[in-house]
Amino acid sequence: MPGPSDWAALRFTVLQALLSALFSVVLAVPVARALARRRFRGRGLLVTLMGAPFILPVIVAVLGLLAVFGRAGIVNQALGGIGLPPVQIYGLHGVVLAHVFFNLPLATRFLLQGWQGIPSERFRLAASLGFGPSDVFRQLEMPMLRTTLPGAAMVIFAICLSSFAVALTLGGGPRATTVELAIYQAFRFDFDLGRAAVLAVIQMAVVTVAALLAFRFGHINGFGRGLDRPFRRWEAEVWHLRILDALALVCAALFLLIPLAAVIWRGLPGLLDLPVQVWRAAIVSVVMALSSTLFAIILALCLAYLALARHRTEAIALIGVAVSPLVIGTGLFLLINPFSDPARWAFVLTSLVNALAALPFALRVLVPALRDIVRDYGPLADSLGMSGLSRLRLLVLPRLRRPLGFSAGLAAALSMGDLGVIALFADPERATLPLEILRLMGAYRMDTAAGAGLLLLAISLFLFWTFDRGGRRDVEA
Amino acid sequence: MLRLEALDIRQDDFRLQADFAIPAGSIVAVIGPSGAGKSTLLNVIAGFFPPVAGRIIWEQRDITGLPPAQRPVAMLFQDNNLFPHLTVAQNIGLGIRPDLRLTAEDQNRVAEAVRRVGLDGMEGRKPGTLSGGQQGRVALARVMVQRCPLILLDEPFAALGPALKSEMLDLVAGLAGETGATLLMVSHDPTDARRIAPLTVLVSEGQAFAPQETGPLLNNPPPALADYLGGG
Repeated sequence: MPGPSDWAALRFTVLQALLSALFSVVLAVPVARALARRRFRGRGLLVTLMGAPFILPVIVAVLGLLAVFGRAGIVNQALGGIGLPPVQIYGLHGVVLAHVFFNLPLATRFLLQGWQGIPSERFRLAASLGFGPSDVFRQLEMPMLRTTLPGAAMVIFAICLSSFAVALTLGGGPRATTVELAIYQAFRFDFDLGRAAVLAVIQMAVVTVAALLAFRFGHINGFGRGLDRPFRRWEAEVWHLRILDALALVCAALFLLIPLAAVIWRGLPGLLDLPVQVWRAAIVSVVMALSSTLFAIILALCLAYLALARHRTEAIALIGVAVSPLVIGTGLFLLINPFSDPARWAFVLTSLVNALAALPFALRVLVPALRDIVRDYGPLADSLGMSGLSRLRLLVLPRLRRPLGFSAGLAAALSMGDLGVIALFADPERATLPLEILRLMGAYRMDTAAGAGLLLLAISLFLFWTFDRGGRRDVEA
Repeated sequence: MLRLEALDIRQDDFRLQADFAIPAGSIVAVIGPSGAGKSTLLNVIAGFFPPVAGRIIWEQRDITGLPPAQRPVAMLFQDNNLFPHLTVAQNIGLGIRPDLRLTAEDQNRVAEAVRRVGLDGMEGRKPGTLSGGQQGRVALARVMVQRCPLILLDEPFAALGPALKSEMLDLVAGLAGETGATLLMVSHDPTDARRIAPLTVLVSEGQAFAPQETGPLLNNPPPALADYLGGG
């Protein structure tokens, strides 16, 4: 039976997820509005940057946020300089801050899609009727936000419920423990498997409800196309709105870029003389990421086929969202434990579970692409008798190259940065790079940790870029 | 001979019936108002859509239940007749072996077909780099190597200009005449029918009528066809 500390963990989990969702969507409104109604050099780059947190390892973001908001960070040095007391990053506000860092971009992309879903003719009509900015807001933007905001907030709420790595690094203590963190603690410190199982069930129930709501209200489509088509907004062509938009964009860009710049700045000096265990961990991570990618692609292809045959794509994606990697990891640990030492299976299990974590995103791009292939080329392939392997080799794989490359890149980057399942199965002999960084942070070797963080960031981006590029190379028509 | 025996085709509230035979080796136009079911009729013969009743007989053999690839049919669709990621030679080669494991002799046949449709030197190109007419020729070259006795055209050349379309139809009629294949082609344009098809199947008001001689039919159209042809 769940005890008082378990209920406290549940309360904290819901509270931080609520706050994270709220801040993310509210702050995203001015940013998305500015992106929707302004044209400027670097706009495309900024929209791309909004997609970057998907593949950014959590531990790297945490390192960056610590460098900015931590005890000896930029903010506290500035505050100390003018004689103000330091701010504290650990606890609820640290967790929420990190979640906003990750989800503000996601919310922005959601809302930007909402804005660009308003037909440009409406804005033209508004201009011809002499609408001012507040009229446009009331008549056009508010109705769109009323439908988009709750969905975006629900999705982010559901995502933040499964917060493990952020809570592990910035939370902790009885007052800032999420359910996932409590599962981990039950495992690692108390080895109380029964309690871990109960907590896992609670976590699954809460997230399933949230995910169901998110699917009902929100259309998860963060990778949607057509995010680079701003149109003319006559009513917004006044100087105070220009300043407002510029301010929103500069603040958002700084909020996202300064922590990353801090990781690079602090990590560069130590990059060349990283201790040997960091390099070893990097190799383990890369091998794991590659095998995880392979699993993810095979699974995603099979499921995409199944989804087309059964018209159950939503349900399949839902499973991936509702059951977090840590919960799956817990289940697998409990299954294996009676027969064998789970640590021995750490490598395979972690690759597999990370592959599952990448599945919902992979399916989002693969299922529609596969549906198009079947619709456009299915009859031709049928009439020529292309079936089984030759159909896969000559039709499906070549035509799926782009979404497959993207999915593989995503799976590789997600697995590379994973700090969830691996912590459960942690094998001291074969630590992954994120785990090694966590240890360095625990030993207060922050410069080495920053160097390793930079290495992790570089490898993650490189893997994503390589796979994604590979999918795009010399694809014609 | 292709025999459609008491064929009954239904899809929601759409219905089409057919009961007639088409002599082997003939070239037959299928005309009628849009939505009457011309494409559906071809799709049923090709095996993409099952009839609720009736049989399709080819040379005394019942092919009603066979999957598309096992029917003696080569079909060209309105679009997507080529795989854009494969080369001209690969697209044609698929007509010989759907897994593209071609022997030297198979490759000679592909080369021969490429030459016949006048695309020498373009074997390695992808369809996206070809003109519409050239793409049509590639599809025809594949039909050529498929060596199927029944060729179905569901307006594959509709997007081409009139001159190019006529050229393609002449090419395909010549091909059918040479191999003795039976050719069924959906058409919106009576001049296409007059040009290459001695026989015409009229599809209208839920019925596909037995083939009639094209000239007299178009000169003296029954009311439904007259409405469709308009003025003429």
